[in-house]
Amino acid sequence: MAGLKLTDVRKAYGAAMVLHGIDLEVADGEFVVFVGPSGCGKSTLLRSIAGLEEITGGAIAIDGQDVTDLPASERGLAMVFQSYALYPHMSVYANMAFALENMGFKRDEIDRRVKRAAAMLRLTDYLDRRPKALSGGQRQRVAIGRAIVRDPKIFLFDEPLSNLDAELRVATRKELAGLHAELGGTMIYVTHDQVEAMTLADRIVVLQSGRIEQVGTPLELYNRPDNLFVAGFIGSPRMNLLPGRVVEPGVVAIGDAGHRIDCEIGELPAGSTVTLGIRPEHLSVTDGTGVPLTVELVERLGGESYLYGTSPGLPQVTLRLEGQSAHQRGETVTLGLPRQHLHLFDEAGKAVRS
Amino acid sequence: MNGGGMSVTSTNRLARMAVARRHAGRWHWTDIAAYAYLALGVLLMFGPVAWLALSSFKTQAGLLEFPPTLLPMSQKEVVVPGQAQPLPLFEVTMPDGSTRVLAQVRRIGIQAQMVDPANPGETIRVPIDKRKPVREFKLATENYTEPLERFAFTRFLWNSVFVTVVATIITLLINSMAAYALSIYEFRGKTTMMLMVIGTLMIPITIILVPVYLVVTKLGLVNSLWAVILPGAATPTGVFLLRQYMLTLPRDLIEAARMDKASEWQIYWRIVMPLAMPALAVLAIFSVMWRWNEFLWPLAVLTKTESYTLQIGLNAFQGELQTQWHYLLAMTVVTLLPVALVFVFLQRFITTGIANTGMK
Repeated sequence: MAGLKLTDVRKAYGAAMVLHGIDLEVADGEFVVFVGPSGCGKSTLLRSIAGLEEITGGAIAIDGQDVTDLPASERGLAMVFQSYALYPHMSVYANMAFALENMGFKRDEIDRRVKRAAAMLRLTDYLDRRPKALSGGQRQRVAIGRAIVRDPKIFLFDEPLSNLDAELRVATRKELAGLHAELGGTMIYVTHDQVEAMTLADRIVVLQSGRIEQVGTPLELYNRPDNLFVAGFIGSPRMNLLPGRVVEPGVVAIGDAGHRIDCEIGELPAGSTVTLGIRPEHLSVTDGTGVPLTVELVERLGGESYLYGTSPGLPQVTLRLEGQSAHQRGETVTLGLPRQHLHLFDEAGKAVRS
Repeated sequence: MNGGGMSVTSTNRLARMAVARRHAGRWHWTDIAAYAYLALGVLLMFGPVAWLALSSFKTQAGLLEFPPTLLPMSQKEVVVPGQAQPLPLFEVTMPDGSTRVLAQVRRIGIQAQMVDPANPGETIRVPIDKRKPVREFKLATENYTEPLERFAFTRFLWNSVFVTVVATIITLLINSMAAYALSIYEFRGKTTMMLMVIGTLMIPITIILVPVYLVVTKLGLVNSLWAVILPGAATPTGVFLLRQYMLTLPRDLIEAARMDKASEWQIYWRIVMPLAMPALAVLAIFSVMWRWNEFLWPLAVLTKTESYTLQIGLNAFQGELQTQWHYLLAMTVVTLLPVALVFVFLQRFITTGIANTGMK
């Protein structure tokens, strides 16, 4: 088990820059999730760490040792591929034993390790089967087993759950979390699904267009997003982002009617264009004066309800209400925006903090 | 041999379709047309092969007979006490109009001296136009046994088998390595390299015959089977076929193997080769066919009888003045057999493999 240090990692395909200088440190035993929309460079970054892609610039160090120029096979990492990449002509046992054979382990040691991993992953009954004869979830576990047997320095996961159906995905997610708790290895996990990121990660790395937008624990990212992108990406349903303008110190006006919202504005001068962010669960329906919202759609999920509505000059607003809301479509309600839950972003999209 | 393989397909289908009609229990004109067409197909494809096989069992005299017979027939012979050789039997029309079966001792001019096998002491003189040979179905197996014993055909057979097997193994090995490099690795000039390999397809063997012969001579390989095996070991068709197939293998598998600490040799041998088996099988079948039927190049480099392959050996029966048709036909059947068997048993692999790899 080992830590990882990336220093100014760059990757270009010809003239197209894919990674613009990534700096990151991963501690020993940490579960780090790279998350971002497709094309953000998260998979390329993972493959660069694995050694499957040569980087254009920068350095990668594992356990303090520079591995930038080492081939994939000598970095001592294990990877679980999105497609699982099980060797179709080998049995489950042979799939798991392949790496150990290449590493020159003795037969009984290979047997011991494969049996142990198989027991851990409930694959003992399937060791003689070919991957073709397994279900999606079982294949997934074989792919993980193939990584586990090697006792690698770092586990790399490239969207390992994206080929599973929703139910299995949730189950496997829990298993993965359990596995990390059991093995305690350093794990780097790539996903585009922010729920996976939130549930699995010790720390999340949010990437966009080949740059790190923010690094932090799931709740840090949720509670204090550094910028508009992270604010919009983390959390489901996503944060309401309302365009507005600073009218005077401590007051932001939003919507066509220029509703005045009390808000911490830092050092922004009056007249600055800003974006006000508030999560659906922090919005409330009040009796007093405020932003009027015409309800367009009500979703009642039993334990909670979602209201979708519009107000002149604002994009669609989402509200999360506890319980089974009695609001009806077409009704107009007044929004309450509690000051302590507001996020303010300046014109460049950076969070404004005092 | 192509015809042999195809006709097996048609006959199999015919057997299955013998009960199939457009409307169950009734004959529609399309049924008749379809069956007629299929029958014609069988006749066209299988007819020449059947003719060859049947003729290969005819004696030299039987082959030259006119009108020709379909089945190999030969004159019946009988052992008569007092005669050293078995005598040919004839049906003789006697002066009184009755017919008797007699054995001919010898023929003098237009008269034949004959004996009754039941009464060998009495000699009967018969004009030769009054007798008709008694014929029976008989396979002239000596057509097969004699060349195999006298003309070192077993030697030719062994040479052919050796060339075919060794050349096919080398071809598979070399071509798959080239294909591996051209499909798995990224390097400058990869496309150019591939185009050059494919480009050599346009150079017919007749053009390079002389230069390659000179090279082989300098290497001192003339009259060695290696002279037949080595020059053709790297085939552009094989490289292309295998490369195209290897391109379809998921890159993830190769990368997974790299992560699993496999060396390039291990990736090639333990991952790519087993997965390329369908393409390798197709190439193996083609290579066997090419090598077995190869004629021009072995004819050029093999000049000593002991190094002949079957095809060259066959050529030897065709002399300048006369052709020993009975041996030629029999040995042609022998040379056809292995390839025909390959087709019969591997037909499924060939058709699916060709369909998969897009090769014809």
